[in-house]
Amino acid sequence: MSKFKKDGKKGLPAVSTSSLPDIVFMLLFFFMVTTVMREVDLKIKNDTPEATEIEKLENKALVSYIYIGEPQDAKKFGSSARIQLNDAFAEVAEVAGHIEEKRSEVNEAEIPLLTTSLKVDQKTEMGIVTDVKQELRKVQALKISYSTRERLAQ
Amino acid sequence: MAKRDIPEINAGSMADIAFLLLVFFLVTTTMDSDFGLMRKLPPLIEDQVDTPPIKDRNVFVVLANANDQLLVEGELMEVSELREAAKEFIANPSNKSNLPEKKETDVPFFGTTMVSKQVISLQNDKGTSYDLYIQVQNELAAAYNELRNELAVEQFGRSYDQLVEAGDKDRVKAVRKIYPQRISEAEPKDVGR
Repeated sequence: MSKFKKDGKKGLPAVSTSSLPDIVFMLLFFFMVTTVMREVDLKIKNDTPEATEIEKLENKALVSYIYIGEPQDAKKFGSSARIQLNDAFAEVAEVAGHIEEKRSEVNEAEIPLLTTSLKVDQKTEMGIVTDVKQELRKVQALKISYSTRERLAQ
Repeated sequence: MAKRDIPEINAGSMADIAFLLLVFFLVTTTMDSDFGLMRKLPPLIEDQVDTPPIKDRNVFVVLANANDQLLVEGELMEVSELREAAKEFIANPSNKSNLPEKKETDVPFFGTTMVSKQVISLQNDKGTSYDLYIQVQNELAAAYNELRNELAVEQFGRSYDQLVEAGDKDRVKAVRKIYPQRISEAEPKDVGR
């Protein structure tokens, strides 16, 4: 009888999966921290122009968005450019209310830091954009950002 | 006393739950961060105060019409040429008499420097496309940034962008004082329809 007895069965040892939840949790936390929830459902075409001299919008909590562009459903809403605030189409006159609403949400000290991001489709004509800008001037929301995509230098 | 084993909770489904959450965040996440051209609108003045007139030579007039054509200082121009023209105007390197006047100003780090009294006036039509408007804004901003960079490299050995990134506020302010970004937008006209 040999001293080194071989086992009869010798299957591969199962890979331990007990650390799988840890790995998944790690990924989960990464996405939870970096995630930004989609703000709105776009009802308009929103293909912003490209630019090079751009700055990053800091502190998203202090940004209100105004979308302008042709409706995606042109049969229903026509093909002239419309404004979208939150989840619905709006008229120029409603912009002021939208800004006031945002102001009431934030701390009073942060009101001067509020920025309005204009996400405008590049095919839009300037008329409607100017109207919105005039409306913003009326409510003293003077800090604006023309949202653009980054163009890589040629 | 007999030891009672607490039955272990089965953690096998933990991974499933975590996966579920993970998939939710994966789907809702948008990684793109928002970039844009930052501008400050002028406050609305109710009663018109008479501002002292600005001399013609100090104003760089950029007009954009409904056909997306540019008229710069009375000449038809392509967007690609605008940057050089604006740089030439802002800096006025050879002190031409039809380009902006300069005024002696005390600027920290630079001493007494000649600062040009430039203003860029931008006017667009209601029918101008937003794309062209942004391209013009972008080219003008680029003109300022390039001049600021050149100045900063000459004086501090670092570009303006690097100064901004390093948070060197005093030097950034000094450079801005020499090349202040003055883009004035006129009220839009509705012509060419």
